Amino acid sequence: MEIAEIETTIKNNLVKVDTNALESEAIYILREVAAQFERPVLLFSGGKDSITLVRLAQKAFWPAKIPFPLMHIDTGHNFPETIAFRDKLVKELGVELIVRNVQDSIDEGKVIEETGKYSSRNMLQTTTLLDAIEEFKFDACIGGARRDEEKARAKERIFSVRDDFGQWDEKKQRPELFDMLNGEIEIGQNVRVFPISNWTELDVWSYIEKEEIEIPSIYFAHKRNIFLRDGLIWSAEDDVVFRAEDEVVEERWVRFRTVGDMSCTAAVLSHADSIKKVVAEIRDSKISERGARIDDKRSEAAMEKRKQQGYF
Amino acid sequence: MNVLKIATAGSVDDGKSTLIGRLLYDTKSLTDDKLEAIEKTSKQKGYDYLDFSLATDGLVAEREQGITIDVAHIYFSTATKSYIIADTPGHVEYTRNMVTGASTSQAAIILIDARKGVIEQTNRHFFINNMLRVKDVIVAINKMDLVDFSEEKYNAIKADFEKLMAKREYQDQKITFIPVSALKGDNVVNKSENMEWYKGQTLLEHFEDLDRKDIFNVGTPRFPVQYVIRPKTDEFHDFRGFAGKVYGGELNVGDEVVVLPSMTKSKIKDIYFYDKKYKTATRRSSVTITLEDEVNVSRGDMLVKVGDLPTIGKEFTATVSWMDSDKLTTGKKYVVQHGVNKVLAKVDNIHHKINPDYSGVHAAINGLEMNDIAQVTFKLNKPIFYDSFKDHRTNGSFILIDPQTNTTAGAGFIN
Repeated sequence: MEIAEIETTIKNNLVKVDTNALESEAIYILREVAAQFERPVLLFSGGKDSITLVRLAQKAFWPAKIPFPLMHIDTGHNFPETIAFRDKLVKELGVELIVRNVQDSIDEGKVIEETGKYSSRNMLQTTTLLDAIEEFKFDACIGGARRDEEKARAKERIFSVRDDFGQWDEKKQRPELFDMLNGEIEIGQNVRVFPISNWTELDVWSYIEKEEIEIPSIYFAHKRNIFLRDGLIWSAEDDVVFRAEDEVVEERWVRFRTVGDMSCTAAVLSHADSIKKVVAEIRDSKISERGARIDDKRSEAAMEKRKQQGYF
Repeated sequence: MNVLKIATAGSVDDGKSTLIGRLLYDTKSLTDDKLEAIEKTSKQKGYDYLDFSLATDGLVAEREQGITIDVAHIYFSTATKSYIIADTPGHVEYTRNMVTGASTSQAAIILIDARKGVIEQTNRHFFINNMLRVKDVIVAINKMDLVDFSEEKYNAIKADFEKLMAKREYQDQKITFIPVSALKGDNVVNKSENMEWYKGQTLLEHFEDLDRKDIFNVGTPRFPVQYVIRPKTDEFHDFRGFAGKVYGGELNVGDEVVVLPSMTKSKIKDIYFYDKKYKTATRRSSVTITLEDEVNVSRGDMLVKVGDLPTIGKEFTATVSWMDSDKLTTGKKYVVQHGVNKVLAKVDNIHHKINPDYSGVHAAINGLEMNDIAQVTFKLNKPIFYDSFKDHRTNGSFILIDPQTNTTAGAGFIN
């Protein structure tokens, strides 16, 4: 290469594209969604996985805006930090945000609120989600689920077809070969799309670190009033989580590894107050991510059953 | 970080799930809660060892029957690589699932039970991995603990397998033999103390040593356009970017390209990844390309380098792997999805069915059933731009979609 050419190269930052297989795969999938479907939507929970999806969508379509809206199924039991974060992000991106509330489904009598020690609105979300899909006639719903999260998820396709009732039939899944994604569906059906299927929890955290992606503060270590139950740490700072009188509240340094509904997300003891420390902690962790999700602990097949019914 | 996808193949009870469980356990990839669950269930079942297959079998029916139904994906990583294992079942629907698993993998493990040696199933597993041109194949001779870690036994099985290798079509496929005991942990991650006679690498050492250039098949650059980006904003008023993934080679700014099917020539102006410009789009990177001239490009079109044209045609013959319960018959119409391009196709001729175990072919057949493999000629309503599968794994493959049911009914590899 001529010296002048080298100088130009350096000046214009013209080098080889720096991406990895997982990032390029996710961008490819998001572009397939935009091309193959008429009304896609990105299911946004405010958690790290859906925040990562948003960054990938920005990359996939730049300099154009993300060509689909975000939708949040709000249980009403979200951490306030997550909601504040969501609203700020949407404003910055200039994309449309759709919010549908589980509370409305309860008020309309479509679902009945659970009661008791382990009550949660996690199961109730499915009804609100399926109603919203029907209301907006969404044909593709992009989600941040990963195959490494849970064993029923490990069998999930990247384009996962749901019938008119939003249900998943694990025995009738379409084979997915090479990079080819078949998004052909009948009217009334929809496809759940999982662009970060092949990412692990550590891949997501490493990506957040490398890309300097902002995430809600509850992912970092903070002081919180908590109580212990079944070996898990629960937040005692709000009325959402049921607490018996004999369950003692104490203040500890904790952070959350997943950000679901407050009633089904347990904290972990941690002093990791920066993304660097969080990544180091995940790398050494001996407990799986969903080990702190009470919604999976209901039974060995808890996730499989919820998926069949139309869960995320 | 490097990502290596590995397909596993084995018959029922060859210990495939145990091998994967062992890989996870010895690389310390099983977290305490998962390990506890395995210990608990193993105990309940009355086993006196840990049943690692419980780490992989996900669906209720699988746990009930102790079998793997569907392709499962398992993840673990070491300091140098991220691993994705596509675990495919070894029973009735094996061909369909194995073809699927092998299609996205760069390496494969074929398991042989040392007590049984090379059986009919082994032929099938090897045939499919060879047909799919998986670059690196490990023949793991398992359950060595049950044959007293015998070198003679290992050598005899190896010799039998080498006879199979002589029949393979893809002769450059790299094949490595490793004697293992998945249950006891010999030569999976750690070197065996029971088989000093084996001087080679353990399974994990072998995969750790695979370099990027060893992993991918080499071809010529192909850029199928997935999506046209037109921001229509003041800042990017005239921006027309062609979004897609680069296959087979690299593309550079200034490269002279041909747009297919219009055959219009132009030059690559800029290569974007997100908001930055680059000189080179690397293989398998998802980029956005702009051209020097205003040319008409839409989804399904392809950019290739001048002088590097693929075949442009409305007819081709391919090896088809049938995956649907509805039969494929002559005269039937399907949608051919070739990359991101879709065209209508008609089955012109089914030449012969191929036994996927090197035992020959059947001529004069009237249709394909699920798990059949055959040579089929298709006629298309529009031309596609393809390479032979042996020259280009991506641009030489396609899927068949049944227009009645929308399901992916089969896959094909163009001659």
